[in-house]
Amino acid sequence: MVVAAIDMSFMEDPSRFCKSHFREDEEGDFEAEMRPEPLSFAMAPVANPKTFCLDMKKTGEAPGLMDFKKGTTTLGFVFQGGIIIAVDSRASMGSYIGSQTVKKVIEINDFLLGTMAGGAADCSFWERHLARLCRMHELREKERISVAAASKLLANIFWQYRGQGLSCGTMVAGWDKKGPSLYMVDDQGDRHKGNVFSVGSGSTFAYGVLDTGYRHDLTVEEAVELGRRSIYHATHRDGASGGVVRVYHVHEKGWTKVIGGEDVNKLHYMYAAEKGLRGDE
Amino acid sequence: MGTEAMLGLTGKDFVILAADGQAAYSIIRLKNDADKIWKVGKMLFACSGPPADAGNFMEFIEKNVILNELRTGIPMSTKAAASFTRNELAHALRKGPFQTDLLVAGVDNDGPSLYFMDYLASSEKVNKAAHGYGAMFTLGLMDRYWKPNMEEAEAIDIIKKCIKELETRFIVELPNFKCKIVNKDGVKEVKL
Repeated sequence: MVVAAIDMSFMEDPSRFCKSHFREDEEGDFEAEMRPEPLSFAMAPVANPKTFCLDMKKTGEAPGLMDFKKGTTTLGFVFQGGIIIAVDSRASMGSYIGSQTVKKVIEINDFLLGTMAGGAADCSFWERHLARLCRMHELREKERISVAAASKLLANIFWQYRGQGLSCGTMVAGWDKKGPSLYMVDDQGDRHKGNVFSVGSGSTFAYGVLDTGYRHDLTVEEAVELGRRSIYHATHRDGASGGVVRVYHVHEKGWTKVIGGEDVNKLHYMYAAEKGLRGDE
Repeated sequence: MGTEAMLGLTGKDFVILAADGQAAYSIIRLKNDADKIWKVGKMLFACSGPPADAGNFMEFIEKNVILNELRTGIPMSTKAAASFTRNELAHALRKGPFQTDLLVAGVDNDGPSLYFMDYLASSEKVNKAAHGYGAMFTLGLMDRYWKPNMEEAEAIDIIKKCIKELETRFIVELPNFKCKIVNKDGVKEVKL
């Protein structure tokens, strides 16, 4: 029997656990709304909430806790015609494929896209939160937020929660006054501006295809094809990536969905045929 | 100690810093044109470590050095900035440290000065310094060729020797070294 080193008394009154920072009678407290909400994101009511998950894990009473089952390939690159974002669509739960039709591109607003890799809940929650912060910025400042600022809001949140078990590898892409820009932001608080990024378990495979085919002067058609092909090759070698390829193009007037979802099996036989092969050799 | 290289040398009336341009995530190179040498007031700080730590820490230091000047009307001396930075590292050390290794360079009334600082918050005024695995290959070289009152060309030559040595002996290829010089007139980038 493992001796419980943690105060578990909160289990007797669950309402204490899910208490929110926001009260319903609260009105117009903009300061509170802008806070990256460490207060509304209820902490575990134990002596040391920061290490709660790790402590729980150590007791052995919560098998599987914090063992994220994740696998993804996402990529983005800047070129002459804007930015291409391409992703796969598989959600894996260990060796089980949870879904083949996940939307891993989050449409933050008409000019900003986010990608998700890692924990689906963490990514979608914080990127939706980011969408709200971006809208608040728009309402206050009467102009759209820059990509640099938007990505920094997200990076600052990840920095605050660093080491507390978030699992996110995201890219923020968009078009602002300075033109196209692409940022990579992850759960460790890293934030990089760059021209070519790939995130997720299949990223190493995607990088190989992407780096060799990348040129700044790619046409839009060539760029979409490069994104699609890179994702296909990643899904072919990485068991945790698969499903369909989705490709977005970010340009001066916002973003457009170029490929809504193309089955990687179809691509497999198509690319094989281009080499004069059947695809089942 | 990471697979990085940051070098620094003092000269007659200047300090020269050089740092590689690699930003890595696990075994993946995310970037090969990162700039790890920050301009802080009239000084230069070279900062290595996890990119998130380095970015956050340097922004914090930079803004505080500027704030101090706005409040007092007196620019911080290199010595003061180094002490302030060391103190912040020392405070951070016991509460989830910033894992940042630094070289602090500046030229003021005390002349050119270079401080070597690691994440454990040690700080030492030196004439030649290096951080990361790169230090193991280059400190010997710098000891051999450094001499007092060097001209810029001589110092750049030593930096070039160090980078050449890293290319021949270090199994990790560190791309695109950036090199900057600080003197009493300000800072400038040097094309190697």
